[in-house]
Amino acid sequence: MNEQLIEIHDLYVNYKIYEGILKVLNGVEFRVGVKEKVGLIGESGCGKTTTMRSVMRILADNAIVPKGSILYKGRDILKMSEEEIQRIRRESISMIFQDPTAALNPVFTVGDQLMDVIKYSTKENLTKEEMKERAIKVLKEVALPDPERILKNYPIMLSGGMRQRICIAMALVSANELLIADEPGTNLDVTIQDQILRLIGRLVEERGTSIILISHALGTVKGLVDRVYVMYAGNMVEVAPTKELFSEPIHPYTIGLFKTVPKLTGGGIPEAIKGRIPDYINPPQGCRFFPRCEHAMPICKKEKPSLKSVGGGHEVACFLYE
Amino acid sequence: MVEGEILVVEDLRKYFKTAQGVVRAVDGISFSIKEGETFGLVGESGSGKSTTAFTIMGVYEPTGGRIFFKGKPLIGGVKKRPLSLKKDMQMVFQDPGSSLNPRKSIREIIELPLKVHKLYRGKERKRAEELLRMVGLPVEFLDRYPRAIGGGEKQLVAIARALATEPSFIALDEPTSALDVSMQAKIINTLLRIQEELNLSYLFITHNLSLMRNVASRVGIMYLGKLLEVAPASEFFHKPLHPYTKMLLSSVPVITEEEEKLKPKKIVSRGEIPSPVNVPPGCTFHPRCPECMEVCSKKEPVMIEIEPGHTVKCHLFNS
Repeated sequence: MNEQLIEIHDLYVNYKIYEGILKVLNGVEFRVGVKEKVGLIGESGCGKTTTMRSVMRILADNAIVPKGSILYKGRDILKMSEEEIQRIRRESISMIFQDPTAALNPVFTVGDQLMDVIKYSTKENLTKEEMKERAIKVLKEVALPDPERILKNYPIMLSGGMRQRICIAMALVSANELLIADEPGTNLDVTIQDQILRLIGRLVEERGTSIILISHALGTVKGLVDRVYVMYAGNMVEVAPTKELFSEPIHPYTIGLFKTVPKLTGGGIPEAIKGRIPDYINPPQGCRFFPRCEHAMPICKKEKPSLKSVGGGHEVACFLYE
Repeated sequence: MVEGEILVVEDLRKYFKTAQGVVRAVDGISFSIKEGETFGLVGESGSGKSTTAFTIMGVYEPTGGRIFFKGKPLIGGVKKRPLSLKKDMQMVFQDPGSSLNPRKSIREIIELPLKVHKLYRGKERKRAEELLRMVGLPVEFLDRYPRAIGGGEKQLVAIARALATEPSFIALDEPTSALDVSMQAKIINTLLRIQEELNLSYLFITHNLSLMRNVASRVGIMYLGKLLEVAPASEFFHKPLHPYTKMLLSSVPVITEEEEKLKPKKIVSRGEIPSPVNVPPGCTFHPRCPECMEVCSKKEPVMIEIEPGHTVKCHLFNS
């Protein structure tokens, strides 16, 4: 096992809303090693983005973190001063957001925005020409044609795929250690999504950065990452090396989820999971999956299962395997 | 007109005038849908799938071409169509959040088409209950409002509403693309069960090829307003012919090894869809095509039948 870069331990995150308190993250355990590629999958509303926003410390104003720790190289991000976390965001960890249109400022040119990122990501005193040179270099890295012209363009003048490439370029400037990609291709067409994912894969490989790839489209993480976490209703329910997870999932939720995905080979779509994701104001006690689980036992209602190893880096949070 | 065909589309065109020029959203497509079958239209965004459905339904008046429904030509847009025809053709939209009126209860939403078409008079309530049961929702939902139910349940209400007038044809425009896979499974299975029970014909639009494989009996692939390939679903996925079809298939994210084997290996996706205002000359796909030849940028290929029911529009087969 190599050195750990990010270690999330027993993390709880709540959101205060008018109707009460949404208890979203429910004791999340998550690790990324140095130069490791990790995937995070789960249905919408399961807490994937909340987990990653906690790492960047960019949670919404109504979020409360009652418990837990997020260690970055052994130091707790949640306890850092504002200056320290900003330095990490500038120099070490960066995030690509789901919607490239919302992530870019419509009233500044691509060049202005990209050069701003470059300026603050380094301690060197760069001249305008040097910054432009670096901007052009990074745009070339993300395979954008005619970077000189693109620097002068406003985001609205570019297609969705090109905007996402610019977001990747901006993230790459400051992602020296970890790149968090939150559904980087979901809003795009499959052929463009495929290109973006291959691009991210190549760049991460070349630069030796770690990556966390978040997706609700299960297939997208398969080709890119070493290890995959499966999340359900604020908990990590299973984690395994990619190949093993996709060929031998063991948590009832993961098994159901994989069955439900339509296959290119045909044969219909089984309805493997009944019901829907729980209400976060009054989540079920014990295992949050038990109301939908066909193997539910009396203990599942009372106690919350924790991630236990079943060997070979495969861990599962389920009483069936204890 | 062949026996058993409920809908025939011939050389359908729909152009839009914009400030940048004329957009040929649908540019001369022909296909037919048999009674009781699901015809799937696949394509990336901006390929004209939804415009095709909207033009068939009469939301837009076609710029050219003909549409026949049950042997009779459909003329003009929705205003010129008789009520009895509208009763027979229904539509389910992509976003159930915006296709249901937030100020009406589920009961009012489902009873509205009954009132418009003067059906089940005096028994609207019973019919609404029956429709909810048909799509697998509890009857208590009738007095709720759209905001009080989940996204997938809203889509089931939209399906119940489409079924209210006992149509024989339903156009489904990306009915599950906003939903999670577990809800998608429920909706697709409900649609397929109802199709069997009522012998419905579907026009199913999606950008998700894996979903299409499990839903459609025949599939047409659209690119920049044109159909590039039409084939029976099983053949489409095992023997794709058009380079664009192969590129799409090789880009699909899959989760099992069996699926991985189905994907064409050699073709890697590249390029982006050009602007529909400035469509490339010749074959519209040639700038992205890995097998582009000289003729492709000059002459538009014609649609030819390779095997019965399997047609393709590509110079590779136009020798």
